[in-house]
Amino acid sequence: MIAEIGFVALSVAFALTVYATAVSAWGGWREQPVWVQSARSAVLLTAGLLTLSVGTLIYSLQISDFSIAYVAENSNLAMPSYLRVSALWGGQAGSLLFWAWLMSCFVAAVLVGKWDRDRDLMPYFISVATLTTGFFIGVTLFISNPFTRLWLVPGADELTIALFSPAGAMLYSLPDGNGLNPLLRHFGMIFHPPTTYLGFTGFVVPYAFAMSALISGRARDDRWIRTSRRWTLVAWVFLSVGLLLGGRWAYDVLGWGGFWGWDPVENAMLLPWLTGTAFLHSVMITERRGMLKVWSVLLIVLTYSLALFGTFITRSGVISSVHAFGTTALGPAFFIFIGVTFLATMGLLVKRLELMRSDHEMESFLSREAAFLLQNVVFLAITFVVFLGTVFPLLSELFTGDKVTVGPPYFKATAGPLFAVLLLLMGVAPLIAWRKQVAARLGDQLRIPVVASVVLTAIWGYMYESPWVAYPALWLVVFATLAILVEFWKGIRSRTSQGENPVAAFNSLITRNRRRYGGYFVHLAVIMIGMGFIGEAFFQQQTQGTLAQGESLHMAGYTVRFDNLRQYIGPDGRQVTDATTSVLKDGQLLATLHPRQDFFAEHGQRVTAPDAYSTFGGDVYVILIGWDNIGTGGSTFKVYYNPLIAWTWIGAFVLIGGTLVAMWPQAAGRTQRTYVLKPVSQGPRLGTGGAAS
Amino acid sequence: MRRRLLIVIMTMIAAGFAAPAMGQEPAPSDDQVNEIAGDLYCPVCPNTPLDVCETLACSEWREQIREQIASGMSESEITDYFVEQYGERVLAKPRRSGFSLVLWILPLVGVGVGLIALGGVLRTWRREQEPEAANTADDSAVSAEMRQRIEEELRNLS
Repeated sequence: MIAEIGFVALSVAFALTVYATAVSAWGGWREQPVWVQSARSAVLLTAGLLTLSVGTLIYSLQISDFSIAYVAENSNLAMPSYLRVSALWGGQAGSLLFWAWLMSCFVAAVLVGKWDRDRDLMPYFISVATLTTGFFIGVTLFISNPFTRLWLVPGADELTIALFSPAGAMLYSLPDGNGLNPLLRHFGMIFHPPTTYLGFTGFVVPYAFAMSALISGRARDDRWIRTSRRWTLVAWVFLSVGLLLGGRWAYDVLGWGGFWGWDPVENAMLLPWLTGTAFLHSVMITERRGMLKVWSVLLIVLTYSLALFGTFITRSGVISSVHAFGTTALGPAFFIFIGVTFLATMGLLVKRLELMRSDHEMESFLSREAAFLLQNVVFLAITFVVFLGTVFPLLSELFTGDKVTVGPPYFKATAGPLFAVLLLLMGVAPLIAWRKQVAARLGDQLRIPVVASVVLTAIWGYMYESPWVAYPALWLVVFATLAILVEFWKGIRSRTSQGENPVAAFNSLITRNRRRYGGYFVHLAVIMIGMGFIGEAFFQQQTQGTLAQGESLHMAGYTVRFDNLRQYIGPDGRQVTDATTSVLKDGQLLATLHPRQDFFAEHGQRVTAPDAYSTFGGDVYVILIGWDNIGTGGSTFKVYYNPLIAWTWIGAFVLIGGTLVAMWPQAAGRTQRTYVLKPVSQGPRLGTGGAAS
Repeated sequence: MRRRLLIVIMTMIAAGFAAPAMGQEPAPSDDQVNEIAGDLYCPVCPNTPLDVCETLACSEWREQIREQIASGMSESEITDYFVEQYGERVLAKPRRSGFSLVLWILPLVGVGVGLIALGGVLRTWRREQEPEAANTADDSAVSAEMRQRIEEELRNLS
């Protein structure tokens, strides 16, 4: 019964989005606000109905209603209740419903908050946003429905999965469900999908605002950017954190020693992040200088399309083989929707090109604008190579019939140098003035960071016994960090010289220009995250060996000793093989690690759970690979030394903090005042009396 | 897939019999095996490097690599053997030949086109702007009178 409520709510929500899309566009076209008002109510109602729908599915998961196919496939009796909630996005149908729900919440939130201020942008905003939401609801409803039931038709060997009872069939409830995929039973996988989805769906807001500005002919001014800025940042930070959580999950669960494997699913998530980041920067030029309007629109369209492409890749199975494409209607549905929206948007953009001429022109090659533009080109180049590497196996299979693999070496060789350029720009660009920078002065400003970074890099590289190829990477990290810190230092110094104490100076520096210094914090975070990648690329060490009890492996100055092995059955029925190992350095015990292998008999799946001893310098990461006989025989371990990886996780927190600083509204009274010169007509001589009022 | 796996295992068993008698030298270490396996991908599981793949088939492939090292084959010979047996998909890094060449050339073309476009855009912007240069200079320059007014108002402001 409960599931039927969810299904009906979903159906009504679909009808409402279709209604809202049409009526809102009509209201905008005919300038009849009453229709737009009605569409708004429909959107709010849709969000409510989808909440109800999601709620019924969560409830069905909680009460283990195994007559619902989705519940039976993705949960079982042994699962704790928090995992049952995460089972909502553990399977395809549920995650599509979840996606549609998040998107409808975003759209509804915009309509609650921004309704009055941006009335003129609203009609088409609603129309575009509900079109996308409607697509997802439609897919959930017609292609991959989480509310289908299991039916027993008399005389049939197998259960029938259908929404409505086939003739003469009986509802059939399984005694127990399949349970969530064992690999997904990890905190990273509980938070990773919702954060990533929040990121993906959040980009619909700037996209719909951009489209609305284009359709209504208001793309000339940048109000759509100002209106959607915070939403873009929300989407961006969720996507960033989602990516990092996914990396953390891979590091903790997959047991291949790293956190980023450049695998197609990861790449598909990275692509919208890349263009989204480029968008965040290009809109700054659009806002400040009225330039790059078309470019900014183009980037948000790309971001939105790539977010859809990401879902398409992960959900259609097309990446494992082109032949998986047609097995469900989902792949073609996404393909058509992405194609149609992309082409329609491009057509619209071309039609409105005339509207979006720049207010200003570029004045110098050496200017903040030019640096931003170069940064954008580099981001797009990375997007291009990652996209190419991701889809190339499909192209190869399509054109030559041979499958190829495009693995990490390719991405490191192509995207790596481009990321290096970004690091360099991160250090230099904030020092370059808008409009025009005098080269000599830039040189003066750069002297301290350059000299200091060269010295520090030499020391760091020497201590790390760095190979020569890694020196440029280390230097970039040090240089970019120093350049940003110098910016902070200069700001604080100019305030302390006026008598403020340093802490207060730091505080007021940030609160008075949140966007700028929040941005610097995010840059520092990105450098930290980059350190994990650099550590992996240049300094990772690994060794493997079969040890008897008491024997050790040696690597990077550490000793990993095998102490003991025991086996037991976990609470959810997993067969755990748990090794006790000691990490020692110079004969001193640093940590006791428990790398494990869990075997899930009902899924026939083995999960390798590594354990790591983590320091700021690097992680000692131990994997249990195999064992002969309990205790007595040899057990095989693989040990990685992963330098600098802890910084990636620290960077995640700094990134969240920095984005919050940038997003937080300027405190009242602290906003930068603009002063308007009084008109001359007020008197022959000005300034007699209190002019400040 | 399953039949292919069977064939694979059969050939491996055959190869095992054919391998020369070992024992004169110590068997190659896991690290030596992993170094080669790390550049290969599991031929059956999508997107899993051979050195970390946990399937039985893969651990047998690793044993095969160990035997090949012991028999004196070089890294490239072993890699070639795997490509011949299971196709180019076992390579982590596609070869720079045939259709895969596209994969290596396009990024260079893309970056080149991007930079040329960037240069072109900047140049046209500058050219459009230059005739107006005198104009904008006038606009931005504050007249002496105006400057005096600003100074005075600022003084009164504080």
